[in-house]
Amino acid sequence: MQAYIVRRLLALIPTLFFASVIVFVTVRMIPGDVIDLMLSQNDIAAAKMGREQLEKALGFDTPMWIQYGKWIGGILLHGDFGTSLWQNTPVGEYLRARLPITFELGLMALVVGLLVAIPIGVYSAMRQDTAGDYVARSFSILMLAVPSFWLGTMVMVFPSIWWGWSPEMKFVPFTENPLQNLSQMIIPAIILGCSLSAITMRLTRTMMLEVLRQDYIRTAWAKGLGEKLVVSRHALRNALIPVVTLIGLQAPLLIGGAVIMEQIFVIPGMGLLLLDAVSQRDYPVITGVFLIVGVAVMCINLVVDLSYGLLDPKVRYR
Amino acid sequence: MATLADPAVTAGAPRRRRSPLLHFIGRLFREKPLGAAGAVVFILFLFCGIFADVLAPHGMNQIAPLKRLRPPSLEFPFGTDNLGRDMLSRCLFGAQLSVIIGFCGAGLATIVSTFIGIVSGYLGGRFDLVLQRFVDAWMSFPTLIVLIVVVSVVGPGMPQIILTLGLLFGIGGSRIIRSAVVSVRENMYVHAAQSTGASTFRVLWRHILPNVLPPVIVLFTTNVGGVILAESGLAFLGLGVPPPAPTWGGLLSGSGRTYMLQGPWLALAPGLCLTIVVYATNMFGDALRDLLDPRMRGSR
Repeated sequence: MQAYIVRRLLALIPTLFFASVIVFVTVRMIPGDVIDLMLSQNDIAAAKMGREQLEKALGFDTPMWIQYGKWIGGILLHGDFGTSLWQNTPVGEYLRARLPITFELGLMALVVGLLVAIPIGVYSAMRQDTAGDYVARSFSILMLAVPSFWLGTMVMVFPSIWWGWSPEMKFVPFTENPLQNLSQMIIPAIILGCSLSAITMRLTRTMMLEVLRQDYIRTAWAKGLGEKLVVSRHALRNALIPVVTLIGLQAPLLIGGAVIMEQIFVIPGMGLLLLDAVSQRDYPVITGVFLIVGVAVMCINLVVDLSYGLLDPKVRYR
Repeated sequence: MATLADPAVTAGAPRRRRSPLLHFIGRLFREKPLGAAGAVVFILFLFCGIFADVLAPHGMNQIAPLKRLRPPSLEFPFGTDNLGRDMLSRCLFGAQLSVIIGFCGAGLATIVSTFIGIVSGYLGGRFDLVLQRFVDAWMSFPTLIVLIVVVSVVGPGMPQIILTLGLLFGIGGSRIIRSAVVSVRENMYVHAAQSTGASTFRVLWRHILPNVLPPVIVLFTTNVGGVILAESGLAFLGLGVPPPAPTWGGLLSGSGRTYMLQGPWLALAPGLCLTIVVYATNMFGDALRDLLDPRMRGSR
């Protein structure tokens, strides 16, 4: 197991390297006229910053590979992501403040998604081809097509017209008032969770159908075990292993969805930070968010891979 | 001997065989009615998109200040917005933009996927290993985040968005083509072609590509829905094709959102269009996958 973890971590190095190159090159593609635009558009900094200073702040004044070395070295050695162009605040500080909020939203959405998907998926498989199964499957296919930003917009518009109720817009941190914070986060988490649940539900159903036909399930029935025990102890544990992989694969979707939910419900997480940075063309912040999101997704996938051993005793790491 | 031929055989010989396409459409309707319904909606969407200029009763940006924020009626089936623009016409022109972005983006994505998948899967070895680590890295970035970052660098506009979406979906989808290539590569006819001295290009073009076409077609269909949805998310954030172009995502954001409390129909029509089209595309794609490519059945 330890050797496997080490190997898995080593395999992460080239992927991380490519990810950092993708981030670096994407943002370095900024055409020269964008710098002119930045200088002309935003009067605040342009007044204090000349073209040369701005190029230096963006790190454009040295050859590409030196720029990359400096940038990645700063992050690896000092955790230094650079400084925001407008606020003069270290980007790392922003990230530390915003990351937990997006993480909370993502985690809540994931929990909601699983709470919706697994019971319905299991039910759907146990009662295959009944009316309930059809309703559940139609719901899941529908949720795949409904854009979450549309659902979010509807939640903002219709309850307010019908009942004069609208979600709270002033964000309260979890540490200040946990209850209010959770009540604020739950609506976006439910919307995000429902759209994620669609694929999970379909996979749970497929896997359950496959597992339920196995010999050991027949044995469990033949022993006279009750339905609850057969499902929970024998079938579900085996059916859930691929579902766990899916959670890892859905991590990018979860973060992408969180950006939209943060925009609709004005939650000051990474998504809102990114959108603000984009509107201000604050490239160090954009690069920081971009890199952190990619690394976070890779770490989630690593944890998912390693958790197989706990879930499935048949999996032995070599 | 020919004169002794069984009359039943000679009678059967001139019978016209149905074209494979017609046969396939027949199977689609018989075996996958829901998928066929999806295909009908999909073609309807394509039709609306292509003939939006003819179908739309009003211009896409035709302003009528006296008729602003009218609820749906016979004159304006989807109502009007805060500038008195007809929502039905705007949704139809939105379909046109979605068709262009969806088809160009998905087309580009499919070409990229097929190219990377075939080269990486067929050549294998160290090249494949390194390329796949790159694909890993690329796939760990959420689509929307990459789109936001790229648009922030190159600016919003149709060509940039199509190009970015094409690359994004293309690199991610290359996995599916690669796995198909890896299994086709081991077939006898490929080894036979190699042993007769066919060039790598010839093997790829004449032997591998035709045999991975089913997953390529399926990938294209699923990509259309995905690209349309991704673009609408971007437009919703105000980073899509710039206004006044009426993209469906854009109609749900910006000024549309400001007036939704006075005119809730503004929130309904574009979202419904988007949902129906993506739903139909998904159903059609699923049916195509089941009919064309048994290996991929239930893989999503």
